[in-house]
Parts: sequence; C-alpha cells; structure tokens
Amino acid sequence: MSFLSVENLSLRIRGDGARLLRSVTLAVRPGEVMGLVGESGAGKSMIGKAILGILPRAVELSGGRIVLEGQDLGTLPAAERRRVIGAKAALIPQDPLTALNPSRRIGPQITDRLVDILGWDRARAEARAADLLAEVQIPQPARVMRSYPHELSGGMRQRVLIASAFAAEPKLIVADEPTTALDVTVQKQILRLIRQMQERHGTALLFVTHDLGVVSKVCQNLTVLYAGAVVERATVGAFFAGPAHPYSRALLAATPKYTDPTGSLTPVPEAVVAAVRAEVVAMDEAEDG
Amino acid sequence: MAVEGIDGRGRVRRRAGMRLWLSGLWLALVALVALLAPWIAPKDPLMQDLFLGRMPPFWTPGAEPGFWLGTDSLGRDVLSRIIHGARVAMTVALVAGTITALIGATLGLMAGFLRGWVDLVISRMIDIWMAFPPVLFSILLIAVLGPGLTSIIIAIVVIDWTRFARVVRAEAMAQGAMDYVASARVAGRGRIGTMLVEIGPNVLPTIAVLLTLEMGIAVIVEAILSFVNLSISTDDPTWGGMIAEGRASVHQAWWVLVFPLVTLFLTVLAFSQLGEGLKDRFDPVLR
Amino acid sequence: MDDLYQVSDLRLSLADMTAKPLFGTAPRLEILKGLSFTIPKGEVVGIVGGSGSGKSTLGRAMVRLLEPSGGSIRFAGTDITHLDETALRPLRRRFQMIFQDPMSSLNPRHTVNRLIGAPLALHGFDGIAARVDRALDHVGLPRSFKARFPHELSGGQRQRVGIARAIAMEPEFILADEIVSGLDVSSQAQVLNLLEQLVRDLGLTLAFISHDLSVIRRLCARTIVLHHGEIVENRPTADLFAAPAAAYTRDLLEAIPLPDPGQVWD
Repeated sequence: MSFLSVENLSLRIRGDGARLLRSVTLAVRPGEVMGLVGESGAGKSMIGKAILGILPRAVELSGGRIVLEGQDLGTLPAAERRRVIGAKAALIPQDPLTALNPSRRIGPQITDRLVDILGWDRARAEARAADLLAEVQIPQPARVMRSYPHELSGGMRQRVLIASAFAAEPKLIVADEPTTALDVTVQKQILRLIRQMQERHGTALLFVTHDLGVVSKVCQNLTVLYAGAVVERATVGAFFAGPAHPYSRALLAATPKYTDPTGSLTPVPEAVVAAVRAEVVAMDEAEDG
Repeated sequence: MAVEGIDGRGRVRRRAGMRLWLSGLWLALVALVALLAPWIAPKDPLMQDLFLGRMPPFWTPGAEPGFWLGTDSLGRDVLSRIIHGARVAMTVALVAGTITALIGATLGLMAGFLRGWVDLVISRMIDIWMAFPPVLFSILLIAVLGPGLTSIIIAIVVIDWTRFARVVRAEAMAQGAMDYVASARVAGRGRIGTMLVEIGPNVLPTIAVLLTLEMGIAVIVEAILSFVNLSISTDDPTWGGMIAEGRASVHQAWWVLVFPLVTLFLTVLAFSQLGEGLKDRFDPVLR
Repeated sequence: MDDLYQVSDLRLSLADMTAKPLFGTAPRLEILKGLSFTIPKGEVVGIVGGSGSGKSTLGRAMVRLLEPSGGSIRFAGTDITHLDETALRPLRRRFQMIFQDPMSSLNPRHTVNRLIGAPLALHGFDGIAARVDRALDHVGLPRSFKARFPHELSGGQRQRVGIARAIAMEPEFILADEIVSGLDVSSQAQVLNLLEQLVRDLGLTLAFISHDLSVIRRLCARTIVLHHGEIVENRPTADLFAAPAAAYTRDLLEAIPLPDPGQVWD
C-alpha cells in the first residue's frame, strides 16, 4: 500500500518544451524513508516541489500524476489541492537562512500553519509549538519563540524548521538537501534528529540529497536520477553492497571516502556518461514516437 | 552541468519581444519626426489665422482640408505643432538624460566602490540634495537662470543626478563584494582600474535602464514646466505648452488638449517600457 | 631557508557590526588568534575547519586581501604583513588564489580569454595569446572556450577557468579556497585530480582550504586543523587520519557520513 505514489511524472519548461523530469515513477509507503539522489540538474528537487505544489512558474507538468493517500492531486481544484497538501505534507528546506522570515518572530512562523490550515486556536498552537521546539532539543523553547531568526545559529534555525515541518503532524515530509548549508558536525546532529523525529511520528520522508554518504545514514530505500530520469531503485543495503546500474556504480566510486588510505577518487568515466545519456535520449525518442 | 544539453536548466529565458520592439519603434518614430520636423510638418507651426480658429480634426464635419488634427484657437495647425514639439521633447530627453546619467552614475560608482571618505562626501551630498522639494527647486532654478531649453536641461540634471547616484552606488557596493573583484586584486589590478574594467560593465545594465526612465521623466518635467509657462518662450511649440493652452478651450476644442496629451503619454510610456525590456534582455547574462 | 610562507603569531580582528552600539565604535571580533606555521616550498598543505573557524580569513590574509592586525606573514623571505597595494603589486603575481564560487569570482561580462589574459597583461607578460592557450590546455579545456562567457560554462568548467587563470601567472604559490565544495562528486574528483597533477608538473606550493576532510586526505601531505581561530592540529595528513590528536579533529572525522550503511555513526 503506497501512501504517496508518483506515476510517470514528466515536467517541462513552459513554452520551451525542454524536459526536466522524464516519466518518473516512485512509491513511498507510510513511515518509509526514501532517498532521491542525483547530481545537480538531475531533477531530484523538482520531484519534491511537484509533490508539494510549489513548482516554479516556468515549469509545467506535462504528464503523469501524483496520488497522495488515494487522492489524485491533479484532479483537485487549486484551493482544495493546497488544503490537502498543507494538511498532509510539509517541507524541510535547504537553506535555513532564507526559509524563515527575518522580520517575524519564530513563534508565529511555526503556529501559522496550525491556525490557518488546521483551524486551531492560538493558545493551543503555541503550546504545541513549544512542545515541538523542546522535542527538537532547543533549550528554552519559550524564549526562542520570542526571538527573531537572526538571533539563532544555522543549526538552531534548521531545528526550528524541522519542528515547523512536523507541527501539523503531516504524513509526508520532503527534506530538500536539509544539511547542505551546515557544518559536518552540525549535519550529523541534524540528520539524527530528523531520523528520530521521523521514527517517533511515523512520518514518511522523501530525502533529496546529492550525498550518498548521507543517504546511507538516513534512508531505507533510494532512487537514483540522471537528467530527470530514474536510473536505479534499490534498498540501501543492496545499493551499497553493489549498485546495479553502471552510472550508480560510477557515482559511488566518485564519492570521497576518507577511510580509504589512497584517497583516490574516480570521476564518472565519460563512457558511462555517454551510455546513460544514450539511454535517456532513447527514452525521449520512444516517447516522441 | 553534467547533463548539458538534455536537461532544461539554463534555458529559461524571458523574451524581450513585443515590449522592446513597440516602445523602440514609437521612440524611433518620434525621434525621426523631431529630426525632420521642418520638412515634414504640413504647416508652419507658428502661423496664425484667426479665420481658421478651432477647426476640428479631419474625420469630423466642418474639418478644414490640410489641417489633419485640427487647429487651436489662434488657427495654428495642431499636427505641425506636435511635430515641432517633438524636437524640444527629444532634445530634453537625450541631452538631460545623458548628462544626468553621466554625472549621477560616475558619482554613484565612485561612492559605492571606493567607499571611505569619497562615499561619505557623496552620500551626504545626496542626502542633502534629496531634502529639497524638487518642484520648488526647479522653479527656483528657472527663475534664477531664466526660461529656455538650456535652463530646463540644467534644472533636470541638477535635481535628478541623485536618482542615478543612489541606485548605482548600491549596485556598485553589491558588485564590489563579489569575488571577481577580490580576484582582480589578487591579479594586481589597481582600484581605479578595477572600478572601470571590472565593476563598470556590470553596472551598465542598471544605468541603461535608469537612463530610459530618466528620459521619460525629463520629457514630463519639460512638459510640466511648459505647462506652468516656465519653459521655452511661449511662441515655440512644446507639448506641455499645448496642453496648457488646450486646457482653456477643452469644451470648445477637445483636440487641442487631447492630441498632445496622448503623444506625451505614449512617449513617456515607451521610455519606461524600453527600460523594462532592456532589463529583461540583460538579465539572463547576469544570473 | 626552504619555507615559502612563514606565519608567526598571526592575528586578525574585524569590527563586529552586529554588536555595534547605536553610538560609538563597534567592538573588535578576533577571528585569528595568534597562528604560527610554515609552508615549505613544494608542499601541499590542507587547512580544514568548520564555519567560523577562520580558515577563509587566514587564506585571505595570506594572499593579502586582508591586512593582519598582529603578527607577521613572510612570503619568500619578504615580510608582506603590512605592505601597501603598490608595494604588493610586483609580488602579487607570485601568490595566486582560486576562489570558492567560480560564478562570482569570474566577471560575468568578460570572456574566458580576457579573464585569463588580462591579469597577464597587467604584469607585463609577453605572448599572452599563447599563454592563454597553454593554460587552457593545462586544465583540459578546449581552446575554443576562449570566446565564452562564464554563464556559458558548467560549474566544473568554470572552476577550471579559475585554475587556468591562477596557473597562467606562473606563481610559486596557489591558495585554493573551498574550490570543490560547490561541485558534483564527479566534477569534484576531476578537479582534484587535475590540481594534483598540476602541482606535480609545475612544482607548485599549494594551500587547500576545505571543510571536508575526505577531500583533504585525497590531496594534502600535511593538514592544519583550525577551530575558533586557533590551530588545534598541524601534522602530516596520514598521521592525522591514523590517530587524530585533538578532540575537535576526532569530532570532525567521525561526523563525516561515509557512503557505507555499516559505519557506526552515533
């Protein structure tokens, strides 16, 4: 039973017709942590944005559908779609610096969702926000709720955003490179926190990242993308034991591993790039007829 | 860009399109008309004929052949006056706009990039300047300098250079924080060289956009000053002067007011749209 | 005397504008708190630390984009700590820098040819066209790229232009500040391999600043670990990885997520 299913999703640039996603299919079970991996331009963030209904204006959905708990999002009127997504899904964004409004206090930025979408009263929402901040290990939650974003460190801001994502008890959270902007020591804390929260709340997690190291720590399954097309789907165990697709294998070989005493790094060989590109082009040609 | 060519990134380009073309076409037309005014104007714009006063435009009954857009209360040909008025408007737009841009942008660039005491002096000057009410300031200036085209141009430059200085200063500061400036230093380029070679080309789009806006503003300012009779001698046709005269007789002869007004409106609109269009054109290179 | 750089008790403080009172001057924020180390000619040294460790500030002080507030920096025997821009100019050719973000460090309105060629002209090199060609060959970019603008290049290609611009000056020293952190793993591997080869072929001395110890291990013979503006460790890289001495180094190492689900990570 899939809780989220993305079926043959295709995205294109409006007007221009250039492909961003090529018939992507993926399914996420309740409570599952699925990694979306790829190099920049692979379209991994676009999948999350499409699910959350926050695609850039220049991008259009050119095919396929997104089904969230049995509801085909494409068939819903816009207002209804926003309400469904708002109640069931949330985002942990990449950049904690720009994701919080600098001129508003932390508290209302967390409680807004609860009040607007779930119709809670202010007092209840505030109590809930304080509990959540404590849950993400923020000391003195009451004080933090009264502070402005610039008074918090990057790691603290990311904790606030995690608390905010879990606030409405969504069933799905899209985490879009949530630790890329953080130091490696802070990254470790944040990743562990996201996993803990996810397990405790039973939330499904779509984890977008370029870092295979991070995937191996956080995810149960992963989907590898290249140029907007799915290259490989695997469980984390099977993947790191030996990826099936040559491109995935090359990507893993290029990932630095400090425990390797030679420290040698192999770029993805040109032949592998050429082969995977040919696959993608063949897909396009098949689609165009 | 591991997947150059088959992914869609970097291909989102806004088209400059219609906006740039239409506004450019209109402005080119106005400029051409201004240039050729003595040859293409059907009548002498100053020639009065009281027997031919307030003739309506050509499609209305009672129109006098040869006076396409009618005549004013003194019997002067409205079309010819608009055509000659374009000369004043275009001269003011080009000369005042360009000088304002040169002075304002240079000061702004120096303040924003050199910082320190240069910035302190220029910024204070801008602050003080902007505390003057611009309309009173210009009327005062004209009163001192005496009416005339040169006075108007001087008034516009003196008042509006701050507009360029402020925006260009901010842009130069932002560009100055970029690493390409640091890398020019590493390469051993001096401060002035960096300002001209590295920062200059990067603030040029901003200046170009401001310049088109400024030209529109200059046309308006000239019209306003003509309207309050502070511009050129009353004999020379200007759009603002025509609007002022037309206002008096709007119930008897609407065309005396409406045609110069529409021309003025379209020209100013075209300048601002040209700016917007240019901005779209320049943008994808930068981001 | 084989040390290209001698840094002793280097201090640098900046005005902390966030703590500036409404009236009066902003307090000084100490970023570098007395660093001493040397870089021998021909060595590749890694400088690692988290954000706020002062690693980028140290780099910028070494190439004198920033002026230290205390201590001294000697480059090839010359004290460059407080030299003014005029006195620095002839030296500038000899220590070059490659920047983190190639998009912002390459002037968007200059072609590749100009980006590489203009600094050469400033320093009076002859045969500039041939030198630009050779620099592009060195970094594995086609010569036809000379006519391109930065936005017409991929991230990895831009970083190669940054490298080409630095090596074209025939410097003795190159400072590389986080130059692979914005790149995909594959381009990252390519750029690192390229840099390693250039260091070998051209006999360069290199300081490589990074937050990523995996990358440092790949490239550097010696590693300096910075934490809150102080050196906590300065040792041969192999020793450092075998047995990190400082607690901070251990934290840094253990926090790196290896691409291996079996890694104990808690």
